[in-house]
Amino acid sequence: MVPITVYLIVAAVLFGIGTLGVLISRNIIIMFMSIELMLNAANLALIAFSRALNVADGHAFVFLVLTVAAAEAAVGLAMVITLYRNRETINIDRFNLMKW
Amino acid sequence: MSEYSQYLFWVPLFPLIGFLLNGLLLGRLPRPLISFIGCASVGLSLVVSALLFFDLKGMPPEARLIEQTLFSWIPAGSLHVNIGYLLDPLSAVMILVVSGVAFLIHIYSVGYMHHDPGYGRYFSYLNLFTFAMLTLVLADNFVFMFVGWEGVGLCSYLLIGFWFERKSASDAGKKAFIVNRIGDFGFLIGMFIIFWQVGSLEFRTVMETAPTVFFAGGALITTACILLFVGAIGKSAQIPLYVWLPDAMEGPTPVSALIHAATMVTAGVYMIVRTNVLYMMAPDALLVVAIVGAVTAIYSATIGLAQNDIKRVLAYSTVSQLGYMFLACGVAAFTAGIFHLMTHAYFKALLFLGSGAVIHAMSSEQDIRKMGGLRKYLPVTYWTFLLATLAISGIPGFSGFFSKDEILWKSFSSQFGHPIFWVIGFITAGLTAFYMFRLVYLTFHGQERMDEHTKAHLHEAPKSMTVPLVVLAVLAVIGGWVGIPHVLGFTNHFERWMEPVMSQGARSAESHALAAAGGHAGVEIALMVASVALVLIAIFLARMFYNKRPELATNFREKLSGIHRILLNKYYVDEIYGAILVRPVVYLSLFLWKIVDVVFIDGLINGLATAYSDVSQYCRSVQTGRVRSYATLFVIGVVVLVAYVVLR
Amino acid sequence: MNLDTIVFFVSAIVAVFGATMMIAQRNPVASVLYFIVSLVAQAVLYIQLGSVFMAAVLIIVYAGAIMVLFLFVIMLLNLRGQEDLSDNSPPVSRFTKYLVSALLFVEMWFVVKSGFFPDAGQVGVMAEFPGTFGSVEEIATVLFTRYLYPFELTSILILAAIVGAVVMAKRERNGGTPSAPSKGQEPVNTIDEVGR
Repeated sequence: MVPITVYLIVAAVLFGIGTLGVLISRNIIIMFMSIELMLNAANLALIAFSRALNVADGHAFVFLVLTVAAAEAAVGLAMVITLYRNRETINIDRFNLMKW
Repeated sequence: MSEYSQYLFWVPLFPLIGFLLNGLLLGRLPRPLISFIGCASVGLSLVVSALLFFDLKGMPPEARLIEQTLFSWIPAGSLHVNIGYLLDPLSAVMILVVSGVAFLIHIYSVGYMHHDPGYGRYFSYLNLFTFAMLTLVLADNFVFMFVGWEGVGLCSYLLIGFWFERKSASDAGKKAFIVNRIGDFGFLIGMFIIFWQVGSLEFRTVMETAPTVFFAGGALITTACILLFVGAIGKSAQIPLYVWLPDAMEGPTPVSALIHAATMVTAGVYMIVRTNVLYMMAPDALLVVAIVGAVTAIYSATIGLAQNDIKRVLAYSTVSQLGYMFLACGVAAFTAGIFHLMTHAYFKALLFLGSGAVIHAMSSEQDIRKMGGLRKYLPVTYWTFLLATLAISGIPGFSGFFSKDEILWKSFSSQFGHPIFWVIGFITAGLTAFYMFRLVYLTFHGQERMDEHTKAHLHEAPKSMTVPLVVLAVLAVIGGWVGIPHVLGFTNHFERWMEPVMSQGARSAESHALAAAGGHAGVEIALMVASVALVLIAIFLARMFYNKRPELATNFREKLSGIHRILLNKYYVDEIYGAILVRPVVYLSLFLWKIVDVVFIDGLINGLATAYSDVSQYCRSVQTGRVRSYATLFVIGVVVLVAYVVLR
Repeated sequence: MNLDTIVFFVSAIVAVFGATMMIAQRNPVASVLYFIVSLVAQAVLYIQLGSVFMAAVLIIVYAGAIMVLFLFVIMLLNLRGQEDLSDNSPPVSRFTKYLVSALLFVEMWFVVKSGFFPDAGQVGVMAEFPGTFGSVEEIATVLFTRYLYPFELTSILILAAIVGAVVMAKRERNGGTPSAPSKGQEPVNTIDEVGR
C-alpha cells in the first residue's frame, strides 16, 4: 500500500525533470515535449488528489487539461514548422531577435 | 484739511502722464507736441506746487501738514506700506525747487536737444525723472521714498547713457548706477533697523516714537543713521562714492544741470533733514556726517582747480557744495543745509545751462583751454554765468553768500560744531572762488584760442535757452533774500518756515545759536568779513593768473607739476578703485564662470546624464533575446514566489 | 511488500527513467519514443490510483495522438539529430538551471511533507475504493453538469487551435514565406550583426 504523498512526490520529480528539459535543451522539439511532460506531471497529481478525496472532479479536470495540451501541441508544432521553414534549424538559440 | 489737499498727488502725477505719453508714443509725435507735453506736465506740477505752498502758508505754523494716502501698497503682517504723500514746510520747499528748476530746464532742453534724433526719448526720460524726484520728496514713508530714490537712480542711468552709442557714455551710466546701488545697500539696512525697532516705516510714526524706542546715543540708532547716511553718500556723491558724478558729465548738459546739480544729488541732503529727529539722537552719526561733508568739500575743490573740461570743473564744484550741505547737517544746522540746497540749485543749474550754451556755441567743444574771449560773442550767457559765479563764490548780496555764510557760522558756533570745520569751510570757500573765476576768465576773457572753423560758427543760444538762463540768474541773485541772518537785522524767514520740521533738539540748537547771535554778534560779523575777504583775494589771484599774467599760471604749473598731475588725475582714485575693487570682482566672476559653472555644475549635470546612460546601457544587456534565458529567469521567479508562499 | 508496492515502484522508476532519457537525446525520434515509454508507465500509475478511464484516455489521446503528431512533424522536417543541440551555455548558467529545477522539486517536497494533505489511507489496486470511482459514468456526470461551461469553452479552444495550426503551417503560393532568406545562406550571423 502506497500513501498518496508518494504519488505526489513522483509527480514533483516529473515536473522538475520537465523544467530542466525546458531550460537545458536547445532542440525546440525536446523543449516542447518537456512542457508536455510538465503538464503530465500536473495530471498525475490531480488524479492522485481525486483519489484521495474520492471525488471525480479531478478526472474531469485532467480531461480538460489533456484537451488543452492537445490543442497547444497542434499550434506549437505548426509554429515549429514555420520557424523551420524560415531558418532551416531547430536550434532555439538562433531565434533571438527579441533583444535590445 | 485745506481745499487743495486732495490735489497733492497731482504734483507727481503730471510728469508721470507726460512720461507715459511721450514714452509710449515717442517718435510718432511731432516735435512741437513732444516739447509741449514734456514742458507742460512739469509746468502744471509747478502750478499745483505753488498753490499748495500758499495753501500751507495760510495755515498756522503748528498745523502745516497736508497728508494724502492713495492706497495701501504692502499690507504684509506687521509691515504696512502705503502710497501716501506728505506735505510739510520741508517738502513744500523741495517741490517748488524741483518743479521750478525742472520746468526751466525742460524749456532749455527744447533748444539744446533740437538736433538730436532721440528727442522724444529724452523728454520721456526727463519727465520720468521729475516724477521720481517728486515722489521722493513727497513720500510719507521710507519705502515709498526709496521707490523714488531708486527711480531717480534709474533715470540718472538712462540719461547719462543717453548717447549710448558712445562707449564712454554707457560706461558712465553703468558706473553711476552701480555706485549708487552700493549706497542703497546701506540705506536699506538702515531702514531695516528702524523697522525692526519701531515697527513702522511711516515718517510721522517713526519720528514720534523713535525717542521712546531707541536709546539716545546708543549703538542701534547710531548705526541706523550712519547706514542711512551711506545711502546719501552714494546718491549725493560724497567720499568715497563720488566717483560717478564727474563721469556723469557724459550725458547731455541739461541732464547734468537738472540731475547732478539741482535735484537728484540733493536727495541725500533731503533725506537727512527729513530724518533729523533720528540724527539728533545720535551725535556720533552727526559727527560722521560733518566730517565726511567737510573733507569732501575741500578734497573735490582741490581737484576742481586743475580740471580743463568746463563740465568737469562744475561737477567737482557740485561735489564740493554738497559737502557743504552735509557739513551743515552734521552740525545740526539742517535749515542752513536746505537753504544752501535751494540756492545751490539756482546757481549751479544756471552754471551748467550756461556751460551748455557755451558748448552749443563752440560746436561741442568742452575744453576751456581752447576757449577764450567768448564774452563778446555770447553776452547773455556771459552775464548770467558771471552772476552765478558771484553767487557761488559768496559775494555779499547774492544768494550763495547768505546760505554759505549761514553754514560757516553754524559750523563754528553750533554745539555740534567745531572751529576746525569752520577752517575747512573757509579754505574751501576761497578755493571755490578761485577755480570758478579761473573758469570764467579762461572761457570768457582773454585771447581767443579756438580755431577758425569754430569761431565762424559762434552764435548766441536761441531764446528757448537764454530765457531760462535769465530767470535762473534772477533767482540766483534774489533767492537768498528769504534767509538773511538775524545778525544783519532782518528776520530769517526761511528759518522760521522750516521750524516745524525740525526736531526739538535741532530747534533748541537753532535757538541757542539765535540767542548766541545776540551776544556773539561780533564773532559772526567778524567771520563773515573774513570769508568775504578771502574770496576777494581769491578772485584777485584768479584774475592775475588767468587774465592779466597767464605766464604765471604756466610757471606755477611747471614748478608744481607733480601736484598738478595728481590733481588733474583726480588723485588717481578711479584707478585705485579699479585695481582694488573692480579687478578682484572681475576675476571672481571669471572664476565662477569658468570653473564653478562650467566644470562643476555642468559637469555634474552632464555627468549625471552620462551615468544614467551608462547604467541603462548595462541593464539593457539583460534582454538577450534568447528564450532559454528568459525561461530561466521565469523559473527563478516562480521558485522565489513558491518559496515565499511555502515558508510563510 | 505486496504486488501493489512493487508495481508502483517499477512504474514510477520507468516513468522517471523515460523522462530523463527523453531530455538527453540527440535524435528527436528517440526522444519521442522515450516519452511514450514514460507515458505508458504513468498510465499504469493512473490505473493504480483507480482511474481506469483516464489511463485509457491518456494512452489513446496523449501517446496515441499528440506524440504521433510530434513524430509527423519530425519526419516532415526531416530532423535527424545531426546537430549537437545540447546545452552549451557557460557553466554558471548550467549550474543555475540545475539548481533551480532542483529547488522547485525541493519546494514541492516541502509542501507534500508538511502533512497538510489528507492521507486517504493507503491506495493501490488492492485497496478499497468506492465502486463507481473512476468509471465513465461518474466522470461524465461531473463533466457535463458541473464543468459544462469549461467543457464548451474547451471545444472553442480546439477550434481556434485547428484554425491557427492550419493557417500557420500553410505553405505560401510561391514556395516560402516572403521574408525568409533562401536556403544555403547563413541568416543567423547577419541578424545578429544587424541587431547589434
